[in-house]
Amino acid sequence: MSEPASIRVRLPDQLQRLARLDREVTVPVTGDVTQRSVLSALERAYPALRGTIRDHAGQRRPKVRIFACNQDVSHDPPDEALPAAIASGEEPLFILGAISGG
Amino acid sequence: MSGVRVLVGTRKGGFILTADGKRQRWEVSGPHFAGWEVYHMNGSPADPDRLYASQTSSWFGQIIQRSSDGGRTWEQPGIDPSDIPRFDELPEDGSMPAPAPSLFAYDTSAETGKPLTTHQWYDGTQHPWEFARVWHLEPSHTDPDVVYAGVEDAALFKSTDGGQSWHELAGLRGHGTGPDWQPGAGGMCLHTIILDPADERRIWVAISSAGAFRTDDGGATWKPINRGLVSEMIPNPTADVGHCVHNLAMHPSNPGVLFMQKHWDVMRSDDAGDSWHEVSGNLPSDFGFPIAVHAHEPETVYVVPIESDSLHYPPEGKLRVYRSRGGGNEWEALTNGLPQEHCYVNILRDAMAVDRLDDCGIYFGTTGGQVYCSPDGGDHWSAIVRDLPAVLSVEVQTLK
Repeated sequence: MSEPASIRVRLPDQLQRLARLDREVTVPVTGDVTQRSVLSALERAYPALRGTIRDHAGQRRPKVRIFACNQDVSHDPPDEALPAAIASGEEPLFILGAISGG
Repeated sequence: MSGVRVLVGTRKGGFILTADGKRQRWEVSGPHFAGWEVYHMNGSPADPDRLYASQTSSWFGQIIQRSSDGGRTWEQPGIDPSDIPRFDELPEDGSMPAPAPSLFAYDTSAETGKPLTTHQWYDGTQHPWEFARVWHLEPSHTDPDVVYAGVEDAALFKSTDGGQSWHELAGLRGHGTGPDWQPGAGGMCLHTIILDPADERRIWVAISSAGAFRTDDGGATWKPINRGLVSEMIPNPTADVGHCVHNLAMHPSNPGVLFMQKHWDVMRSDDAGDSWHEVSGNLPSDFGFPIAVHAHEPETVYVVPIESDSLHYPPEGKLRVYRSRGGGNEWEALTNGLPQEHCYVNILRDAMAVDRLDDCGIYFGTTGGQVYCSPDGGDHWSAIVRDLPAVLSVEVQTLK
């Protein structure tokens, strides 16, 4: 079994407060580095985040966006490989709340 | 020394206001869960240090929070901070261990969940039930780990493990009238839960827009209790269900007597909800949201009249609580200390409460961010705080 990759993830303010985390966390991902594998590792490491980025059925919440290397990958297939810069830890994966509200 | 703890849910967090029995000098803590909507916070009658909070967000979903020290610290039930981060034992398939926190899954099982999957939508078509948020949390009178949750889309859930896991009391949705329920302007929410202090198998709930319902067997079976309600805006004004009940109140010593603020009309039942009659009497408007009963006078009732369902602010721009000392019909305006000009706030359905001190205190919060207290049953009012985010709910704990 290969060594897990260390993936950097940036969290929105509300989720930092909820899980009492810093703006950026690093989670270990074994195998392909995809949206699904990164989010699963994140939710595994920090149970407070379960159900917040993806609902309890595993679907991305409609007002949550995921950016990789300045690209909105929210609508990409969840098992598609993320860019090499994410997999190498050079760039963080951004999780954002869509701008809305007052 | 006796005192009170006021639990205030707002659009941007929760606040806790505490004072001694005089209720003149207040300490304010918060915002708790800053930036999130806190629809409701409520304390356990069996253990005042045990609090529950509904923290919710259109972006990130529903979170249940629990405190065991009167709101100084909070935790998500079921999540052990000493176990975080959990980098070991990551399954190869990426699967998650169960249970997930704050999971409200409608019961669809063949045994207890009737195969009821739709309700009426705004356009009259049928629409599937979709969980949105927890509107109201009602802890048991006897067990701090037992708590009920009223949710949108309307259903009643129960936890027996301190809010860690939740199961639906599906007999409410499944008794047959569900397809006739429909959302009001605020969504299709179960917003009122009253547990009979003498027998917790008897529970009253109210739903917008469906009406009031009662179980006498702990939630297994339910029946609509809306006889006597008249709602001119629905196709059959005296239908069994479809009424937009805004709030119910009951005095714990007199569980057969219920008071109701309906969309329009203030109503009273003397037979535990089996039948209702109107007691709006001389109110300037019988539209409104909250209703409350004095802690020591079962026939003393409070409402806050609102101009209309299209103008959600007080009549004439005057913020007036109305009190009836005779169980309805004859109402007096309570104005001392409340703004009597240019006031256009609303008072939402869960935003009024009473304490149980000898001089019963009355509390309410406004969409303008004020929380008012009257330490003498409504005769004199003053603002505890004036500039909170819009207030969604107010509960009061009386501390010994």
